[in-house]
Amino acid sequence: MSSLADNAASQRSTEGTRLVVIDAARAASWFDWRELWNYRELIWILAARDITVRYRQAVVGVAWVVLQPVAEMVVFSGLFSLLGKRPAGEAVPYTISLLCGLLLWQLFAAIVGSATSCLVDNRPLLTKVYFPRMVLPLAVCLRPLVDFGVGLVVLAGLMAWFHVAPSLALLMMPLVVLATVITALALGLWLSALNAHYRDFGYIVPFLLRIGFFVSPVIYETASLNIPTQWHLLYSLNPMSSLLESFRWSLIGTAGPEVIEVVASLVATILVLVTGAWYFRRVERFLADRI
Amino acid sequence: MNDVALRVENLAKVFQMGHHLAYHRFTEFIENMAKNVARLPSRLMSSKPAKAKTDANLFWALDDVSFEVQRGEVFGVIGRNGAGKSTLLKLLSRITTPTRGRIEIRGRVGSLLEVGTGFHHELTGRENVFLNGAFLGMTRREIKQKFDAIVAFAEVERFLDTPVKHYSSGMYIRLAFSIAAHLEPEILIVDEVLGVGDAAFQKKSMDVMRDVARRGCTCLIVSHNLPTITNLCTRALLLRSGRLAANGPVDEVVEQYLATGLSLGGEIVWNDPATAPGYDIVRLHAVRVRHTDSLSSTADIGISQEIEIEISYWNLLDQECLSAGFTLRDHVATSVFTTSSMRPVSLTPDAWGGMPHPVGLFRSVCRIPAHTLNEGRYAITPFVGHGLTEPFARAEDVLSFNIHDTGEMRGEYFGHWPGVVRPWLPWSTEQMS
Repeated sequence: MSSLADNAASQRSTEGTRLVVIDAARAASWFDWRELWNYRELIWILAARDITVRYRQAVVGVAWVVLQPVAEMVVFSGLFSLLGKRPAGEAVPYTISLLCGLLLWQLFAAIVGSATSCLVDNRPLLTKVYFPRMVLPLAVCLRPLVDFGVGLVVLAGLMAWFHVAPSLALLMMPLVVLATVITALALGLWLSALNAHYRDFGYIVPFLLRIGFFVSPVIYETASLNIPTQWHLLYSLNPMSSLLESFRWSLIGTAGPEVIEVVASLVATILVLVTGAWYFRRVERFLADRI
Repeated sequence: MNDVALRVENLAKVFQMGHHLAYHRFTEFIENMAKNVARLPSRLMSSKPAKAKTDANLFWALDDVSFEVQRGEVFGVIGRNGAGKSTLLKLLSRITTPTRGRIEIRGRVGSLLEVGTGFHHELTGRENVFLNGAFLGMTRREIKQKFDAIVAFAEVERFLDTPVKHYSSGMYIRLAFSIAAHLEPEILIVDEVLGVGDAAFQKKSMDVMRDVARRGCTCLIVSHNLPTITNLCTRALLLRSGRLAANGPVDEVVEQYLATGLSLGGEIVWNDPATAPGYDIVRLHAVRVRHTDSLSSTADIGISQEIEIEISYWNLLDQECLSAGFTLRDHVATSVFTTSSMRPVSLTPDAWGGMPHPVGLFRSVCRIPAHTLNEGRYAITPFVGHGLTEPFARAEDVLSFNIHDTGEMRGEYFGHWPGVVRPWLPWSTEQMS
């Protein structure tokens, strides 16, 4: 029985008790879905804590969540109208296109940011209790999703105000959001593990996110850039560029990304996710000793 | 029937000294990479093999430890600070992974490693119950079934919706203990938490531990408090410097723990009269502690053993009137007493106490009767000079030793015994009316 068991693998023995084998000579299994599933309650409790802390005082919580994208929306639309330039198509008011970009980017950045620090922030738990460490980056995804939901309500109101009606493509929106969460999580796996090991990642990540904000089509639409064709593929390797374009396409019917761009960013995301999970598992083994 | 709950084979854990303490910086990593790349050409040119990682800064916290714990057994782990007890627990509770060896665990493990382990300070008592259940991999429904029993035992009903950061340490530990005991882990790992709380809670938690064991739960108890170990456990293992020193019936293992101190323990020696504490008149040579059943020095003494403190010193000035003495302090630096070999201070007349000494090496021995000190750590500050107030040579808290409670006086009470000293005194009560 034991020879079948992987490192820290669990299985049901004949009496129904769980057997766990920890063997230094064996490599950690690449990914343990079942164990993660067993700990779903923990993911929920950790996420619920985040959410209740933010929304305990409901009005303040919602105001805080809405304030940031709306303030940025005002600043950027004001800026571009003063410049006399329009970094987006004519079909819908720029404000709406801008808020679409800001909301999705905020979702992405919030997950990446809080995932980066999730291991370091929970050091007291990591050094005292066992649980699959991947629970932590998974749990941080939920609060940004709730914030995003609140933001969507504001966006819906704005769209109604400007009489912008979504098409059937709206049905694809949840898929785009899911892909965004997965992309952020993939990066979060890498960054949380790196931050646990190299503490200066805490300083690097906000800076990288700031650059990402301008490199991705958040405050502009890709179509309004003059990117030479040979650079298109490279540009779409940034998963957020095609995700942001897809999000706008599903909500306000602007031009979506080309298929090749979607494929390229999908490949990039999967690559980051798989390597991220691998690296995370590698770091996880010695996390309590080094964090 | 051979029903093993826990099997540990050749377990070893190595730490890189200084490595796990300092945070790394990614910039340092890049810097080292750059340096290595820069060195690459010269390394390729030379035929010398790359420098192997030195073993000097490796620290084996655990080395080649093997043992088995049967289902339903209450098993003790004892050893001095730094012997590897916590490392063993961290490996067994899967917080960290071994460098070598193998662990087989049959059943759900619950651990109670410290006050507040697995508690989230911002969450309320109620939420923390669910959090801890989730750490054990339980579902919400399973936890709900146990909820009332947990709260009733912990006596925290009034504070259920208060964040636990406002809890007193007593409330904390009651809740933690209650959760660990009631969520019915199949293996319960308990570290140093049984000695807290008031007497009533002590008794309650002891009863729960016995109950838990009776239910067939395997318990692993780590404690400095030897009475806890001897009263609860049937078997124990002794760790010394990361190695398994003994494994067997609890009485034998505890005896072995007390009998053999660390080789460095119980004495301090200054071999060079030029640098030893003191100055031109007198210098300290050595301070030793032992119990009277042993000839060699030891830092571990049973509460019912007579203690000998030996102070040896060089007198460097002929016809100097000297006496030796020491001050004993407890672990919070309270002075327990000061004594000296001087004539009126020493109970038995000391031939040299306060008398003119010729040049040479002298040795003074003081005996502290059994059942004088309470359990705990004591530090010795030896001095030699004119009486108590004018020491020529003095060394602050140079040597410490531990008094271990072996349980003779205790009966059913296992908690903290208040007091700096613990004399065993005769009592008599008579009916007056």
